[in-house]
Amino acid sequence: MSEGSEARDAVGDYKAGWHDPENSTIRFDFGLSEKVVRDISQIKNEPEWMTEIRVKAYRHFVERPMPTWGNTKELMEIDFDKVCYFLKSSEGIGSSWDDVPEDIRNTFDRLGIPEAEQKWLSGVTTQYESETVYHSIREDLEKQGVIFLDMDSGLREHEDIVKKYFGSVIPYSDNKFSALNTAVWSGGSFIYVPKGVHVEMPVQAYFRINAKNMGQFERTLIIADEGSSIHYVEGCTAPTYSTDSLHSAVVELLALPGAHIRYTTVQNWSNNVYNLVTKRGVAHENAKIEWVDGNIGSKLTMKYPAVILKGEGSHAEVISVAYAGSGQHQDAGAKVHHMASNTTSNILSKSISKDGGRGSYRGMAKVMPKAENCRMNIVCDALILDEESRTDTYPTMEIANSTAHCEHEASVSKVGDEQLFYLMSRGHTEAEALGMIVNGFFEPFTRELPMEYAVELNKLMSLEMEGSIG
Amino acid sequence: MSNDDEAILEVKGLKVGIEDTPILKGIDLRIPKGEIHAIMGRNGSGKTTTANVIMGHPAYNIEEGEILLDGENLQEMEPWERSRQGVFLSFQYPQSIPGLQVGNFLRKSVSSVRGEEAARGSDFRVKLNQAMEELDIPKSFLSRYVNDGFSGGEKKRFEILQLMLLEPRLAVLDETDSGLDIDGIRTVAKGINSVVKGTENGALIITHYSRILEHVNPDRVHVMIGGKIVASGGPSLAILLEDNGYDWLEEQIAKGADFQ
Repeated sequence: MSEGSEARDAVGDYKAGWHDPENSTIRFDFGLSEKVVRDISQIKNEPEWMTEIRVKAYRHFVERPMPTWGNTKELMEIDFDKVCYFLKSSEGIGSSWDDVPEDIRNTFDRLGIPEAEQKWLSGVTTQYESETVYHSIREDLEKQGVIFLDMDSGLREHEDIVKKYFGSVIPYSDNKFSALNTAVWSGGSFIYVPKGVHVEMPVQAYFRINAKNMGQFERTLIIADEGSSIHYVEGCTAPTYSTDSLHSAVVELLALPGAHIRYTTVQNWSNNVYNLVTKRGVAHENAKIEWVDGNIGSKLTMKYPAVILKGEGSHAEVISVAYAGSGQHQDAGAKVHHMASNTTSNILSKSISKDGGRGSYRGMAKVMPKAENCRMNIVCDALILDEESRTDTYPTMEIANSTAHCEHEASVSKVGDEQLFYLMSRGHTEAEALGMIVNGFFEPFTRELPMEYAVELNKLMSLEMEGSIG
Repeated sequence: MSNDDEAILEVKGLKVGIEDTPILKGIDLRIPKGEIHAIMGRNGSGKTTTANVIMGHPAYNIEEGEILLDGENLQEMEPWERSRQGVFLSFQYPQSIPGLQVGNFLRKSVSSVRGEEAARGSDFRVKLNQAMEELDIPKSFLSRYVNDGFSGGEKKRFEILQLMLLEPRLAVLDETDSGLDIDGIRTVAKGINSVVKGTENGALIITHYSRILEHVNPDRVHVMIGGKIVASGGPSLAILLEDNGYDWLEEQIAKGADFQ
């Protein structure tokens, strides 16, 4: 339909593709060496032990081969020498919105952060390039004793907590990219919720990559102490650049006995970004960890939010959606390890591929020999919008205890001509009809999001559907 | 005598095939303003094809003839354009759209077909509530997903609910009565009547049986056999057909009887 291609031209390939002139005060040359790693640590005035972890991690990164699974062809195309590993974009951390430099504020305006804050936030931390420029905590959070800082400040102000937990869930030696992140991390969030404290409103942070070839290596650590609860929300958009960018974050969650952490991500990297993220949580007795993870955009995403069910009666929930358009590969899924008895997990994974995009579900579900009466339920649904697109499922289950109860369901569907005709007969264009079908498919995920994110995601998917039909 | 500009729908010499198979072999049909017409016929006679072609289903090739709505040729229009022009099709097998909420879908459809104003504010809500009450549809229906897990009867009521909200110029109802019990048929007929009776709009009811016609009172009844309309008449034709069957009608036509 000609209307479709016109819409695509008007919209362009990426809808949030603006960028501000770079206005950086400190910028490193491209490429990585032990000296760069030590310099980063020195500029940040870090304690010796952190410098040492960075250096060890760097050495491991150099020795560690690329993963031999996932999209190995794309991985080999990452040129680590063309990535800038540190960029400090403003003088310091703004304590209020007015202190944030104007061009940066303009960018955030376009992302709608101030309004979002009014309605939803109990605290904002906004990562702009490598370092947090804006950070505020609502008074009630402070009164409750909740610590919500950017990771650099967290290390300075709460070194004892950081030292205890940093790398305890994801050691640098976990994989090549966790090693890289540990070596050069900058920014990210540090949250500690004291015993029995329930943070009622979701707290959220936005991340973007703005500078050309800018690697973004944020590091997030969330500790929910006994019987506490928190919902953390992270949203990402990035402007379009012609050269590839690397995003390699590490997120560690600790849910101590009876605690509940929900971590929600909606990300929309531009389609030149390599998004290679390690996310893992440890759930102690009767704790609950939920990953709500939406991957739209990027060139290649490899991300498998994981939960280690370490304590008896703990529970894991991983709900993820992935959208792969032209030239994109979403290799996403989930990992759950049942280490203790009476632990339960639910995994729901939904992917859409369009215009030759590729969506893969890669899952690992493990039950250890001594874990009795575990239950796991895995559902993977794929929706393919055209003949050129592709979907794969790579489920792995290792069940070492016969009392485990496991269910796995997978489905692949295509958008039917009769469905489209039905919706078009109600006045909806082909693109609108497709948008309705696609948003309906994602609905089990979308309904878990805070309202604003749900609205934004629906809009985004509707835009993606424009021009998708020839 | 009516003249051309008073017809809502005019189908002239319509020949339609799917791939290489001819299905409609020359259909002529004219529905004047405010009239309800019925097409009766057995399975495979071309009834559903007629409905789909009027709505613009992409699978069919129009080989000859034209379809005019209020004198305007629909041939080059996409289904959604026809819908906005005032064509509505109540589907024999409505499609389910998991995850798409009924309330949301209705509002979007009214906005697309009748304009944003019509989908806004209390007018929409009042109309929606009235229509749902008339069709015995509970409020909880609005938060369900479109046709997802609906019973046969619920699907048909939902089609009529859409009909009532979209207020089309021409409602085409493809076997809306099939699978409904007598109460369901009565309810659905009430909905159809409320949209057409006393207005300048029109309807085309496609059915196997005369039952629904008892509640709708069509102005004309057409009988379709083998991709052609072989007989047309008043409401009594439906009763005649119901009493004697299609075979009898074919015999009568073979003997030279004229039901036009």
